[in-house]
Amino acid sequence: MSVITQDIVQPGPATRTRGYWAGVLRRLVRDPVSVACAIVLLLIVLAAILAPWLGLHDPYQGSMIRRLRPIGTPGYPLGTDELGRDMLSRLVYGGRLTLYIGLLPVGLAFLIGTSLGIIAGYVGGLVNQAIMRTIDVFYAFPSVLLAVAISGALGAGIFNSLLSLTIVFIPPIVRVAESVTTSVRSLDFVDAARASGAGQLTIMRVHVLGNVLGPIFVYATSLISVCMILAAGLSFLGLGTKPPEPEWGLMLNTLRTAIYINPWVAALPGVMIFVVSICFNLLSDGLRSAMDVRS
Amino acid sequence: MLVYIAKRIVFAIPVVFAVALVCFLLVHIAPGDPLISVLPPDASQALADQMRREYGFDRPLPVQFGIWLWNALHGNLGLSIASGRSVTEEVLRAVGNTLMLAVTASVIGFAFGLLFGILAGYYRDSWIDRLVTTISITGVSMPHYWLGMVLVIVFSVILGWLPAVGMGPGGWSWDWEHIQYLILPAITMSVIPMGIVSRTVRALVGDLLSQEFVLALRAKGLSEARVFQHVLKNAAPTAVAVMGLQLGYLLGGSILIETVFSWPGTGFLLNSAIFQRDLPLLQGTILVLALFFVVLNLIVDVAQAAIDPRIKRA
Repeated sequence: MSVITQDIVQPGPATRTRGYWAGVLRRLVRDPVSVACAIVLLLIVLAAILAPWLGLHDPYQGSMIRRLRPIGTPGYPLGTDELGRDMLSRLVYGGRLTLYIGLLPVGLAFLIGTSLGIIAGYVGGLVNQAIMRTIDVFYAFPSVLLAVAISGALGAGIFNSLLSLTIVFIPPIVRVAESVTTSVRSLDFVDAARASGAGQLTIMRVHVLGNVLGPIFVYATSLISVCMILAAGLSFLGLGTKPPEPEWGLMLNTLRTAIYINPWVAALPGVMIFVVSICFNLLSDGLRSAMDVRS
Repeated sequence: MLVYIAKRIVFAIPVVFAVALVCFLLVHIAPGDPLISVLPPDASQALADQMRREYGFDRPLPVQFGIWLWNALHGNLGLSIASGRSVTEEVLRAVGNTLMLAVTASVIGFAFGLLFGILAGYYRDSWIDRLVTTISITGVSMPHYWLGMVLVIVFSVILGWLPAVGMGPGGWSWDWEHIQYLILPAITMSVIPMGIVSRTVRALVGDLLSQEFVLALRAKGLSEARVFQHVLKNAAPTAVAVMGLQLGYLLGGSILIETVFSWPGTGFLLNSAIFQRDLPLLQGTILVLALFFVVLNLIVDVAQAAIDPRIKRA
C-alpha cells in the first residue's frame, strides 16, 4: 500500500462463495493466449498418446530409395528423414519420449524440492542450514553444465538424463519453497493457529501447505519449457535417447547431416520443441497472472 | 568496501572446495573402468595394474581427492587419457575460444536486452511493450541449438554469405576472414540472454516508475531525463546480477552451440571428453568452468555493492 495514495481497507465479512482454485481456472479460461496454448499442447499430447491408432507409417521402417524426400511428397506430407522414414510419423511418435523426459524431471523435482524446501523453511535452524548450504553448491554450476556433466559421467541413456535433469531442477525449487515457507511461517495466522493449540502437523498441513503450494507450483511450471529444451538438448548431444528411437532432440541431431540436401525437413523436429516450449511458457505466464489475486 | 570484498572471498572458499568435491565425485560415480578407452581389449592384468598405478586410480578415494585437489591448486589437472597431454593446457586453450564467443554473445544480447527492456518498461502496455514481450518470450522458448541450425540453413546453405562451422584457417585474429566465423554462433548464443535481460529490465523499470519516489521527483519538477537517470540507477544492481549470471550460463552452457558450429571451445572439449570417456579431461573442464562461474558470482556481488551501498549492510 503506497503512502501517498493510502486508503483504509475495511475487511469485508468472511464469506466463502467459490474456492480460490475455481477462481484461478475461471480467470485462466478467459485468457485467449492461455486457452490457445492449452489446446495446442493438448493436441500434441493426445497425438503422442494415440499415435499407434492414427494410421501413420511405421516410424522405424526406413527405405533406401525414398530418403530425404521434401515436405509435401504424396504419402509423406512432411517428407522423409535420412533413412527414408516418414517424418510425420516420427514427429508424432517422437512426442512420446520428448514430452516424457521433458516433463517427468520437473514433476519429480517439484515433489522432492517442495518437500525439502518446506522442511527447511518450517523447521529452520540447523536443518535449514544443512539443506540450503548443500543447495548452494549446486547453484555454483550453470544448469546446462551440471546436466551435461552428470549425464556425461553416467553415460548416455534415458534414465541417466532423467536423473541428471531432476538433480538440476531440485535446487531452484528448494530455494523458492524455502523462501515462501519462511515468509508464510511468520504470518499472524500461523501464530494464531499455534496459540489456539494446533499441533505442528496440523499447522503444516492446513496453514502452511495450502499457502505455499500455489506459488511453488507456478514456479515449477515456468521450468517446464527450460527442461524440454534441455532434455532435447541432451539427446541432441547424444546423451539421452539412443537411435533409432524417435525423439525430437535426437532427430535434430541425426538430421544435421541433411541440411545441405533437404534443409527444411531437417529443421522440423526443432519446430516441435519450440512450439511445445513456447506454449508451456505462455501457459505458465497465464497461470501466474490468473493466480495473482491483486490484478 | 575492502572488508566487504574480503568477506565475500572468504565465503566463496567453502563453495570452491565443495565444487571441487562434486567435480571429483562426479567422475568417480561413473560406471566402468576409467582406463577402458586406452587399454587394448586384450591387455594383460599386469599392464592394467601398471596403468592404474601410474594414473593413481589404485589409491583409496579420499587420498585420490587430496592428491587431485593439491595438484589442481598448483594448476596441474593431470593428463588427458585420450591424448596424453596436460589437461590444464587443453582446457586453457579451449577456455579462450569459449570466452571470446560468450563475451561477444553477451555484448549483443545485453545491448538489445537492455534497449528492449527499457523501452518496454517505459512504454508499458503500449505496442512496443507487446512487441518486446513477444520477442523476449520467443527468445527464451527457442531451443538455441535449433536456431543455430536454422541460421546455418539460411545464411550458409541458401544464401552462402557466412561459413557454417569452425573458426577459420590458422590462428585467430580480428579480421573479417575470421570474424565471419564468429557471427552466427554469437547471434545464436545471444538470443537467450537477450530474452531474459529484456524481461527482467522491463519488469524492473515498470515497477520503479510506479513507485512514489518517481512521483516525488516529477513533482519537484525534474526533467524526464533526470527522472529516468534515477530509475536506471535503481534498476542497475538487479540488472547487473542477471547479466553476470547469464554470462556464466553462456560460458557453462556453450556445449550445445559449440557442437552445432564445431567451435573449438570448452563445450567441444567436454563433448570429446564424454564420448572418449576421458575422465581427467572431463573433471578438469567441469572444474574450470564451475570456478569461472563462482568467480563471476563473486564479481557480481561486489559490483552490486559498489552500485548500491545498502546491499553491503544486508
